[in-house]
Amino acid sequence: MSGEKTISRWLPAWRGALAALPIFAGAAIAQVPALVAYEIDGDEIRAPFAAAGDAGRGRAIVLSRESGNCYLCHAVPDAGAVPVGNIGPSLAGVGARASAAQLRLRVVDSSRINARSVMPAYYRVEGLRQVAAVYRDKPLLTAQQVEDVVAYLSQLRN
Amino acid sequence: MSGYRLPLILIAGWLAAAPGVSVAQTAVRPQPLKSGIEFTGPEVRALQEDEFANPAMLWITRGAALWQQPVGPAQQSCASCHGDVATMKGVATHYPQIDKGSARLINLEGRIQQCREVRQQTAPLRYESEDLLALTALVRMQSRGMPLAIEIDPQNRRHFERGRELYYRRVGQMNLSCANCHQDNWGKRLGPETISQGQGNPYPIYRLEWQTMGSLHRRLRACLSGVRAEMLPYGAPEYLDLELYLAWRSGDLPIETPGVRR
Repeated sequence: MSGEKTISRWLPAWRGALAALPIFAGAAIAQVPALVAYEIDGDEIRAPFAAAGDAGRGRAIVLSRESGNCYLCHAVPDAGAVPVGNIGPSLAGVGARASAAQLRLRVVDSSRINARSVMPAYYRVEGLRQVAAVYRDKPLLTAQQVEDVVAYLSQLRN
Repeated sequence: MSGYRLPLILIAGWLAAAPGVSVAQTAVRPQPLKSGIEFTGPEVRALQEDEFANPAMLWITRGAALWQQPVGPAQQSCASCHGDVATMKGVATHYPQIDKGSARLINLEGRIQQCREVRQQTAPLRYESEDLLALTALVRMQSRGMPLAIEIDPQNRRHFERGRELYYRRVGQMNLSCANCHQDNWGKRLGPETISQGQGNPYPIYRLEWQTMGSLHRRLRACLSGVRAEMLPYGAPEYLDLELYLAWRSGDLPIETPGVRR
């Protein structure tokens, strides 16, 4: 009797954690690749995350409703018929205003530049709350996609 | 005097820079208050304002039939107690409110569900069912043109504070709060849309994107889904708290039910 009572006292507190362990461990190993570690120097991330970025792929990400969604907030100089937003600054000339290393940090985690920025961090998974299960522990962009976007933005010099 | 100035500036600067410190302490209404209908464009406005074209009127018709329909062991309809639905004028302006019996915060949908269960002694209507949307829209339409009459008092203050906290809480993979868009950036363009103030005055609404009627809680869930955050069940206490905050925040905006939105 007393043994049962002891067990039922600690079970409710630990049941959730015990049940969650294999799932989290499995997700961390099998589904979610670890994020590339990076170092911030001032307002820059100097080392690229992946193979050289492809500006064409970057443009597609910036104008994509499914991945980057950048156009929702930023004017994009060659957006064509895509209706662009005006919440953030225009991306026209952003490649002349900022280096690739500076652009990389702004894409990865703009809160490092301005804590009150409403721009999502595109390569950060910690410090977020109530993330929907399918997106948990996943960054908005992959390391390669970050490089592609940086390559595209670097080209926007006018 | 001047000796104090520098530390004060430093403290002010720190408050402004620290995420989630300064803004969440204050409850503010957008100035000037604007109904979402001012951001929808002329076609949607015309659809809402013409009762023969407004698709939400189908639910009003359905609600009017339900109002008269006897249900439960005593074969009581809404009309058996309340009479003509026109007697409900002004009622919706007091929701959400603290339910005296349970001391819980309850919205208009919850009150209708409670009436069904306790007074009519029949099965409660499922949240977001066609019937509950129809009755909610019908009752709320009786207060069309009236602003909400929400007072924050010792009974509901805890809910109001929690609603306000939720309003300013950044959530989801996109890490956005309600306030990030609807308080700080309303009137700006988010892709093809102009961001509204996120006012609840037209609900339940017919939303063209949904091709059907939906409640305020459905809209809250849609926003949460957009920022890739966890969604809660319809009628969740957190959504009720948020609804109370939104009700206070809508100030003297008149009820527009049944509204139409994109």
